[in-house]
Amino acid sequence: MFVSLTIVSVAITLLIALALAKPTGNYLANVFDYESRRGGARFFAPIEKLLLGIGGVEARDQSWKQYAKALVLANTLMILLVYLVFRFQGALPLNPNHIESMEPTLAFNTAISFMTNTNLQHYSGESGLSILSQSIGIVFMMFVAPASAFVAAIAFMRGLAGKSLGNYFVDLVRSIVRVLLPISLVCAFFFIAQGVPQTMDATHTVTTLEGAQQSIAVGPVGSFLSIKELGNNGGGFFGVNSAHPFENPTALSNALQMILMLLLPISLPFTYGRIVGNAKQGRVLFVAMAMLFLVGLGITWGMENAGNPVINAMGVQHDAGSMEGKDVRFGTALSAFYATVTTASETGAVNTMHDSLTPLGGLMALSNMLLNTVFGGVGAGILNVLLYAMVAVFLSGLMVGRTPEFLGKKLEPREMKLIAATLLIHPFLILGATAIAFATHYGFDAISNPGFHGITQALYEYTSSAANNGSGFEGLGDNTPFWNLSTGIVMYLGRYLSIILLLAVAGSLASKRHVPETVGTFRTDNALFAGVWVGTVLIVGALTFFPALVLGPIAEFLTLG
Amino acid sequence: MKTFITSLRLSLAFMLLCGLAYPFAVTGVAQAVLPDQANGSIISNQGKEVGSKLIGQDFHDPKYFQGRVSSIKSDAAGSGTPNYAPSNEDMKKRVEESISTWKQTNPDVPLNQVPVDLITNSGSGLDPHISPEAAFAQIPRIAKAIGLSSDRLHQLVEKNTQGPELGLFGEKRVNVLELNLDLNRELQR
Repeated sequence: MFVSLTIVSVAITLLIALALAKPTGNYLANVFDYESRRGGARFFAPIEKLLLGIGGVEARDQSWKQYAKALVLANTLMILLVYLVFRFQGALPLNPNHIESMEPTLAFNTAISFMTNTNLQHYSGESGLSILSQSIGIVFMMFVAPASAFVAAIAFMRGLAGKSLGNYFVDLVRSIVRVLLPISLVCAFFFIAQGVPQTMDATHTVTTLEGAQQSIAVGPVGSFLSIKELGNNGGGFFGVNSAHPFENPTALSNALQMILMLLLPISLPFTYGRIVGNAKQGRVLFVAMAMLFLVGLGITWGMENAGNPVINAMGVQHDAGSMEGKDVRFGTALSAFYATVTTASETGAVNTMHDSLTPLGGLMALSNMLLNTVFGGVGAGILNVLLYAMVAVFLSGLMVGRTPEFLGKKLEPREMKLIAATLLIHPFLILGATAIAFATHYGFDAISNPGFHGITQALYEYTSSAANNGSGFEGLGDNTPFWNLSTGIVMYLGRYLSIILLLAVAGSLASKRHVPETVGTFRTDNALFAGVWVGTVLIVGALTFFPALVLGPIAEFLTLG
Repeated sequence: MKTFITSLRLSLAFMLLCGLAYPFAVTGVAQAVLPDQANGSIISNQGKEVGSKLIGQDFHDPKYFQGRVSSIKSDAAGSGTPNYAPSNEDMKKRVEESISTWKQTNPDVPLNQVPVDLITNSGSGLDPHISPEAAFAQIPRIAKAIGLSSDRLHQLVEKNTQGPELGLFGEKRVNVLELNLDLNRELQR
């Protein structure tokens, strides 16, 4: 009966997110419509004007090359600036706990990690970063990183609609001033009211009931937490992320975290519908993704609730399911829910230890990231979804033997080459890097769980890097030069190569003539297309990654207990 | 070059706005409006700070209720777990040790009444809660150790049971530190 109550709470959380999706999607469409006077234009205009003035931005439309160049250059510069902050934090102010400067490969990894919206963390928040680094390094990037992918997706949508791509700097400023900052500000106070600390003081020391000294790390966690979730960043203030009672004190803070993680990814299909003028297609893609999401949620929940057969066999009372690596306030239900949301939305925050998930629970988390299309992270997710939509159109076109069209634009060899290249980046980075790790001793040296699970640990690490998720099977001993450098490179390429290639596709499509729709046009806004899309995602995903999954989680499942 | 200078200026502007102004503004307001939560929900007992309502502590004395297994000994300067896979032999060994310790210290309670949360490591290593069943299972040991009636202990557990929030969200749970503080008060009366 306990389970049935929890189902209601999960359903309520999802329904709230769902109810917010369409209005938020429309708001976003207004924010990025340069002509529109809605979308908070009047209220936010002075702040935007000030920022654009500081930057010396000329609000001119950019070609796809200029847009991509501005994005990659600005992002790379930010990586460099934050790298320097990490390297010298020991000598800089706002360091009450006297934390030392970061080692070069770790600083390289961490700066890329947060700029690419990955938030893979090879350091521990309590002991690795000063308050200055947490602020102008981490929190700064937690705003500009999601903003960059966000606006790349908007530019891509404009291209599909046959409009000019817009201006990167104007979009960047708008996304932060009108979306990320105001929502974060409001939600931070909800989190603090629930018990999340917000102080610039150093670690607190108390004397426990048994007379021992207990140090309690605190910090400006509330402001950090809201942008961490809203921006699909996912990096934890504390080492164990949102499993830490200070980073997720109650089931209500947990519910808001999930709503924030989902908010932008599920709103963007509606924004897309508005921008390209085909609301129905936005809805179709939304429903297709929601189906994949619900299947993953159901399986993960079922597996975690059934528990670990090894422990169940020992004769304890195991109704609560698999509780290793989980906190009591969440239990298996809210842990499985969080694991699904965080991997689907490529956030990477965790409230349960993914390394300790049951084999198939872990498999579902991994699959969400491998497919990278179950909503996905802000901006990057919808880009992938549209990429797969074009692949689906192309494959259907091949089957019936005619030129594929998407939104009235012909997909021709140039676009298909770019799309195919983008599609291959993901498996190439993940499988290639995992193979290198195991072909050398680096893979074996780092794994902490023997057997098949060890393979999953390395595979998960690179999948999380390439998909810019950032969660980990954290037992992996990954703070070494090899892992810092290799995952750093995978994150950087996984992020920017696909953005550049997709902006090229957008640029190419924007300049094409619109082909009028006829009765023979393959429709991309009905249930049939939703099916074709899901099929394409699963077939391409399964063919690429199935062998690796068999060696890891599936083998562990079959040999357990 | 122009793109470079614009990028640099905007980066510095956002470092100030998002990196410094935003967290410091939130801190200022939070310290004024929600000082208790903002400083870590610290519990004081007779003028001494004894812990945080939200952070678990290690209890070894048999007279106290014990919390989750914590590989970091509830040291909240950090946080963490051993990240054992379900198939890890070391985890199996640790659980078996917990079970044999349980049998020695709680001879009156059979294993099938010991809920799984008592023998597994929490996610944070700092879990402040156990399930109500996990608290009930410890009552016979504590009753014997301190001479308080089982009924009274039952009442104390019920009193410190919280959740689910709004009757729906999250699991029913007992705050171990607050329960043990109540236990101390009861003994001092």
